[in-house]
Parts: sequence; C-alpha cells; structure tokens
Amino acid sequence: MELTLSLAVGLLIASGVWLVLRPRTFSVVLGLTLLAYGVNLLILLSGRLGATSPPIAMKGASGLADPLPQALVLTAIVIGFGMTAFLVTLSLRAMGETGNDRVDPADQGRAGKDPDG
Amino acid sequence: MGVPASHLVLAALLLLPFVALPLVALAAGASRRAGGFATGFTMLGGLLLLAMIARPVFAGETLVVTLPWLSQWGLDLALRLDGLGLLFVILINGIGLLIVLYAYYYMPDDDRLGRFYLTLLAFAGGMLGVVLAENILLMLLFWEITSLTSFLLIAYKYREKEARIAARMALAITGGGGLALLAGLILLGQVAGSYMLTDILARGDLVRESALYPATLVLILLGAFTKSAQFPFQMWLPNAMAAPTPVSAYLHSATMVKAGVFLLARLYPALSGTDLWFVLVTSAGAITFVLGAYLALLKHDFKGLLAYSTISHLGLITMLLGLSTPLSPVAAVFHIINHAVFKASLFMAAGIIDHECGTRDMRRINGLMRYMPITATLGIVAAGAMAGVPFLNGFLSKEMFFAETVAHPALSGSAEFLLPGIATLGGILSAAYSARFVHDVFFNGEPADLPRIPHEPVRWMRLPVEVLVAIVLAVGLLPHLVVEPLLTVASVAVLQHPLPPFELAVWHGFNLPLLMSLVALGGGIIWYMRRERLFDLHERLSLQWSSPVAFERAYAGATAGARRAMRLMDSGTLRRSVLLYLGFTVLLAGWAWGGNPAAVAGPIATSLPDGTALFGVAVLLVALAGVLAFHRQRLLAIIYLSVVGLVVSLAFIRLSAPDLALTQLSVEVASIILLLLALRFLPQEGPIEEPKSRQLRDAAVAGGLGLGVSALALAMLTRPFETISAYHIANSKPLGGGTNVVNVTLVDYRGFDTLGEIAVLAMAALGIQALLHGLVLKPQVADARTLADRYPIMLRMLMRPLLPLALAVAVYIFLRGHNLPGGGFIAGLVAAIAIVLQYVSAGAAFAAPRLRLPFVGLLAGGLLIATATGAGSWLFGQPFLTSSYTYVTLPLVGTFELATAMLFDFGIFLVVLGTLLMVLTGLGQLGSREQPGAGES
Repeated sequence: MELTLSLAVGLLIASGVWLVLRPRTFSVVLGLTLLAYGVNLLILLSGRLGATSPPIAMKGASGLADPLPQALVLTAIVIGFGMTAFLVTLSLRAMGETGNDRVDPADQGRAGKDPDG
Repeated sequence: MGVPASHLVLAALLLLPFVALPLVALAAGASRRAGGFATGFTMLGGLLLLAMIARPVFAGETLVVTLPWLSQWGLDLALRLDGLGLLFVILINGIGLLIVLYAYYYMPDDDRLGRFYLTLLAFAGGMLGVVLAENILLMLLFWEITSLTSFLLIAYKYREKEARIAARMALAITGGGGLALLAGLILLGQVAGSYMLTDILARGDLVRESALYPATLVLILLGAFTKSAQFPFQMWLPNAMAAPTPVSAYLHSATMVKAGVFLLARLYPALSGTDLWFVLVTSAGAITFVLGAYLALLKHDFKGLLAYSTISHLGLITMLLGLSTPLSPVAAVFHIINHAVFKASLFMAAGIIDHECGTRDMRRINGLMRYMPITATLGIVAAGAMAGVPFLNGFLSKEMFFAETVAHPALSGSAEFLLPGIATLGGILSAAYSARFVHDVFFNGEPADLPRIPHEPVRWMRLPVEVLVAIVLAVGLLPHLVVEPLLTVASVAVLQHPLPPFELAVWHGFNLPLLMSLVALGGGIIWYMRRERLFDLHERLSLQWSSPVAFERAYAGATAGARRAMRLMDSGTLRRSVLLYLGFTVLLAGWAWGGNPAAVAGPIATSLPDGTALFGVAVLLVALAGVLAFHRQRLLAIIYLSVVGLVVSLAFIRLSAPDLALTQLSVEVASIILLLLALRFLPQEGPIEEPKSRQLRDAAVAGGLGLGVSALALAMLTRPFETISAYHIANSKPLGGGTNVVNVTLVDYRGFDTLGEIAVLAMAALGIQALLHGLVLKPQVADARTLADRYPIMLRMLMRPLLPLALAVAVYIFLRGHNLPGGGFIAGLVAAIAIVLQYVSAGAAFAAPRLRLPFVGLLAGGLLIATATGAGSWLFGQPFLTSSYTYVTLPLVGTFELATAMLFDFGIFLVVLGTLLMVLTGLGQLGSREQPGAGES
C-alpha cells in the first residue's frame, strides 16, 4: 500500500513537471494542477496510513486520521485554485499582449534556432 | 531600579548622534548655520556625556552595559567604556567638533550642508559604536555603518566622476574587508566561546592555541588592513582625497582609517604574541610605512602628499603593534593620538591653502609665508610634528618607535639592524616629504600664476587648526602633564595588564633612538634636496597599478564577468531557469541520497495494496497518460485532467479525509469551468514545435524528480512517527467547541493562518480582476451565439429550481461543518458553483441582473468579518484570534464560543464565494464585452 501510494505521488509529480517544462502556457497550467495534486497527497500522507475513521472527535471514536495535514491540505486546495485561476488569467493577458501563448516570448524571435537547448 | 546612571550615560553617548539625526535634518533645512550648530552641539554633547563617566575609567574601571537582544545568536546590545574607548571617543567627538566648525567655512556658500552634516554625524555614530561595542558582532555592525557612511562622504561631490570612482573603490575594499572581518570575528567568538570582549580578552591563550587561530587572525587582519589602508590594500586612501577636505581631515586623521589600528589594539591581548602575528603585522606595517613615505614625496598635490603620509603613519602604528615588545603598544597608542592631532591640523591647513589659492599643486603654490603668515606658521609646526622634530608631539612617539625597534629581541645577528634600519629609512623619507611640504608651500620663491591672490582666512576657519597645533606643542613640551594620564589608561586597556615603567620626556640623554632621529631628520633634508632626480625616475617608472583607472578596469571586468555568469544561469527564458533549477535539485538530492537503497525504506514493513487502491492507481495511470499524450489537444486534456482530479478526491475519501474530498471535488468543478472558459481564447491545439531530444531531456528531469518524491514518500511512510495532533483531537470538543477537528483547526487552532490564507485568496481575485481589466481577446472558437441551442433548454430549466436547493445544501454544509465534514471553505465552493451554473445555463445577460452580487463587497465583507471576529477577543483582554481557548473555562459562555468560530467561518465562506464568482464570471464575460460587432478586436 505504501509503495503504491508513493508511486502514485511520484507519477503525479513527474507528469506535472514534464508539462510545466512545455513551451505553451496551457500545458503549464495543466502541469501545475498535477503538481498540486501530487504535493497535496504527499502532505496528507505525512499523517501516515492506517487510520480507520475521519478525524471527528466523537466520544469513544478510535483510529482517527491525523487532522493537521488535512487542515493544511484543505486550505492548500483552495489556494491552489486561486493560483491556477491567476495563472490562467495571466496567460490570457499574455496572449492579449503578445498575440501568442508562449511561456517565453524570447522563443519567438529566434524561431529557427533552438533558443534554450 | 538597578541601572546605574553611568550605564545610561554610556548608552546615551552612543545613541546621541543617531537620535540627533532628525533634529539636524530639521535644523539644516531651516538654515546652514542652524545645521552647523545642531551638529556641533551633538559632538559637544558627546564630550560632556563622556566627562560625566570619565572619572571611574581614569581610575581603571571598565564600564560594561548589557541589554539582551538576540542572545541565542550571541548578539547582545553590549557596550563597554575603557581607556582605549575613552581615548577614541575624545578623538571622534573632539576632532569632529572642530571639523563641523571648519566645514562651515570651508564648504561653498551655496551648499546648504544638510547632507554633509547628516552623513558626518551618522559616520561619527558608527565610529562611536565601533569603539564602544563590548559585543564583537555589534562592533562589526557599526564597522559596516562606517564603511557605508564613509562611502557617502567620499562621494559627497557625486557629480564628479573622480569622486564616484574613489567612493566605489573605498567601499569595495573596506566592504570586502568587512566581510572577511565578519568571518574572522565569528571564528574568534566560536574559539573563545563568547562574543563579549571581556571574555575574549581574558581567553587569549585559548584563542592562540586553537587550530583555527591562523584563519581567525588572517581574516581579522584583512578587515583591519583594508580599513587602515595597509599594504597591499592602501590604494583606496589616496583616491579618497576626492572628498571635500573636511571629510579627509576627519576620516584620515582620527576616525575611519584609525578603526583598523583600533581593532588591532582592541584585540591585542587575544591575538598578539605569536610568530604569525609578528610576521604578518610587522611586515605589513613596515612595508606600508616605507612605501607610503616614499610615495608621499613624489606627490605634487599636497593633499596627495598628506594622504600617502597618512598611509605611512598608519604603517608605523601597525608595525608597532606587530613588534609586541612590552612598550610597543604604548608607543602605538601614543602615535595614534599624536598622528590624529597633527594630521587633522595639517589637512585643515591644507584645506585653507586650497581654499585661498584655488589649487593644490605644489609646483604652483610657493612662498605663502608672505601672504598668510599665521596659517603658514601653524602648518610648519604641524609638519614638524609629522617629521618628528623635537619639542613637538610627533617626536616623542617616533622616538619611542625607534627605541622599540632597537629593543626588539626577535632578530639577531646580521638581521639585528633590520628593524632599526627600516625605521630609520622610513624616518628619513618622512622628514623628506615633510620638508617638501614646508619648503615648497611656504617658501621656495613666489607663487606661480595662482587663480587668486591668497590671504589669511576668516578667524573662525583657522581656529580649529590653532587648537590642534596648540595641542601639538603642549604634548611635545609637557607630555607628562598633558597626555600621560590618558595614554596610560588607554594603554592599560590595550594590554589588559599594568604597564611596565616608562618615561615620557623630551630629553632621554644621548642614545641610539636620538641618533636615529637625527639621522632621519638630516637624511630627510638631504633626500629632499636631491628630489629632482627622484622625480625624473618616478616619471619614467610611473606606478600605474594603484591608479583609479586600473581599479575601474578591474571593476568593469568583474562586472562583465558576473553578468556573463548570470547569463549562463539565467538566459532570460523561464523554461531554462526552471529546468536548471529542477535538474540541480535532482542532482543535489541524488548526491545526498548517495545511492544507498537502504536509506529509502524505513523499519516499518509495507503492506500489500488492496483492490480499490490498485484500481485507483490504474485509473490514475490511464488518466495521466491521457493528459500527457493529449496535452496539445486541449479539450481532451481537460477531460483527462478532471479524471485525475476525481481519482485524487476518491483517494482522499479512502484516506479518511472527507473534508478534503468535498473540497477537492468542488474545486475540481470550478477548475474545469475555469479552464474551459480560458480555452475559448487560447489555441485549441498546441503546435508540435519541439525536437524529440528536448522532450526526452525534460522527461529525464521530470522522471528523476518523480522518483525522488516517490522515494521520499516511501521513506516517510515506513518510518515511525509521533503525531502532535493528539492535543488537537483531545481538546477539539472541550475547548474548540466542535468535533470536526479539521474545521476546528482551521477556524480556531490555526485561525491566524487561515485569515492569512483567505487574504491571499482575496488578493488573487483582485489581481485577476486587474489583469482582466481592459483585456481584449478574440475567441478562438465559433461563438456559441451562432448555434441554435446556445443555452440548452433542459439545462436552463433544470438549473433554476436547483439554485435554491444547492444553496440550501451549502447552508447545511456550512452549519454542520464544526462537527461533521463541511465548513466555510466547502460551503463557499458549493454556493459559488451553484451560482456560476446559472451563468453557464442561461448566460450572464440573464443571471447578472437577477443575482446582483457585489463581488468585491463579498471579499471585503468576508475579510472584515473574519478580522473583526479575531479582534473581538481583544474586548475580553485576549490576544488576537486566540479566543475560544479561554472562553470555555468561564461558566456560561460555552455556547458563545461556538458562535465566534462560526462567525469566522462565515468570513471564510464569503471570501471563497466572492473569489470564485469574481474569477469565473470575469472570465466568462471576457468575450461578450466587446461583442457584438467589435470587429477585428
């Protein structure tokens, strides 16, 4: 179980990073969303596995999950949305200003050459 | 209270210049004269404060004041006043006072002097800090203040390129030395086990025996030598003559350059007494002493002559400190005093001559004795002291210097004459340049085409010179009465033990030092008379390595090199920077891991995954592959992305985190709407434009990072841990008033964080609105308007009755949030999506006028409610937002507690709602604003 979940987190991160490194803004937005999934899962896992019930402190409840990572991740999800929205708007603005959706406007001027390889 | 008055006075002595800064600024703004008086009174005030506490210091006491500051880093506000500090405070404030008076007359009338007085005062404050600090880190802080303010003072005439270069050079060298000194002092503190001078000075043996002693010593010497312009760091000082003369007179006689030798004297008991100290300090001092004196003679600009002479005298002092005979530090302290006095007077006299003649070239200024006899006489006396003429103060300390070189036991045999020989050679050169200054400027025929006819300056301008020359004479004639108490107490402070017997007297009988003095004076005059041939030689072999041009070239080269290195790292493309950064992270993590597989899996055994988990991961794999494969077919990518989000939400449920699942699910809906809205204005398909090689390279970095994070997660999951949340769970109900610990954590335990987070969210929303403002974009897809079913009737009909239902669900989620999964964040998301769906199903033209929601008002209202809830606890005498904790301990208010947390949660709800609506409706209406018929736009 531990190995499976760890691999899932790693897969999310790897896919996210690869997309972030693409030259167009839309891919970067996709990539950052995946990165956020991966990081949120990782933080949640820091509470460890093995919990059998959600962190509701009822009388006699046992096997509660660790509430602290959950509280951290909850706000992280919402703020992640704010960041995604900001990034999307920024890329739209860049589209409006430069007429294309490249991450690096410098790419454009040296179209024939590989600008950063 | 237990604070003795003397401690307060000592603190006031240091604070006075800084406290006076705004007052001086005000006064200088009113008039030139008022600024001068304010600065002068500050200097005078320092002397008076010193007088109040000088008596115990003269009696041999050391005043130490300690105020705890950053004690855990060894940094306390600790001050100390002993004899050495006392001497320097007198020099700093006393000569400072004279400089203020002098500058008032020297500086051009159209200069209001505000900037001058402020910088001068800040500099004086920095110097006071250096000499009064008990904590060596505090001393360094003030050391840096003197570097920065001296930069401003040297660049005072910043419109002249020469001044700018000189200032930059001084800052580069002294600032670099400051960095070395920082390292050295930290080492010293570590070695001695304390950053307090009292401890360090008492633990000299510990320091000298440490393996770190050589590194410590070299680093500290770098600091001292750069500041005191010792070889090979002397070149900044002559260039600093670009500063106005009052600045030169202050910096290069009593203060700035003396900070270096002060440091050597201050740390003398801790660092001296080793061969390394003797070799490094004595040789640097000796080279500087002779080289400075030699170069001084070659300068035609008399300010340049004085500058090199200053270097030479600092070398003499350094050499004395290096000799480490029983009396050599005493001679060093004595020469610090004498040099400060005669050099300040010489600089000021030179300034008067410059001021009156309009030039500083000694080939044109001649025979001034006839034009300004009083100034000339003063200058001659001061120059005599510089040369070491009997009955003047410089003679006494120079003779002590000669005596110590003779008395030094380290070298024997044929090398026995090395030190006295160097001393005599330096003495000859000193006498020669002093003779040149006196003969060329005041005699030697008539002035050659001066810009104006020189005459005596105004009375008050000459007064500072007269005072200093009077001291030169008084010390020279009656050293026993005038200077011995101060010299003794300062020297005891340097040595930290009683002095061996010594006698300050003009006449010691015929002995070797006297002979050396006579040889020096006579030889100097002969050398001077032969100077023409020397000048010719110098013209031919002109030494360019210390010129500002060379420095500028080096400076420009270093800047260009740094820029090239920067461009290598940051080529201006974001992707390259990100790739470099991430790739470096992979390398670093790989290096730290070191290829040891045992380092990953911890002691806890892993369990086999169950069927649900395997299925989930399989779906995740397919969805991720979809996102990656179709990231150019953007609509498809969004669909696959939503599947990933769904799997993550389900994983949250599986991991007993229902709050997260709810949040993730609603954010997922909002994100997908957001991406779809944005996609209208972006190309539907990304072009294929990258070579395979780059995709593979990025894949390698991404794969490395993914593997690393997987290993990290596995390492974390297989290691035992003890959660700190037992406290949170146990106290959630009794103190937080709710059973949903996640929600209680958000609104109560970590309420302050949450407040910050919703503020960030609101900022993002406002930033998005600003970005959207005035944005004109052409939709990239066929406008929905042209299609028949623009707003599908089924959806429209379904959504309208659903709105109150969805809102009711939001209210329900909100209300139960404190006890069961839910709360302000989730309720806000649900309500926002319900409202946004009205826009989606029927269009903004239908929804906006009916809903009429003030989005900014929602944001502001939410933040205000949350903040006010936090501030409400002040009414109960409790800190911000830490309310509920104590409320419950009082009877009857248990229910009230619940209400405050809920109010805070309501603030969260409003901010989340406002943010989502603002962002989604803003993006949604982006296209319709310029439609229809906006044509090309």
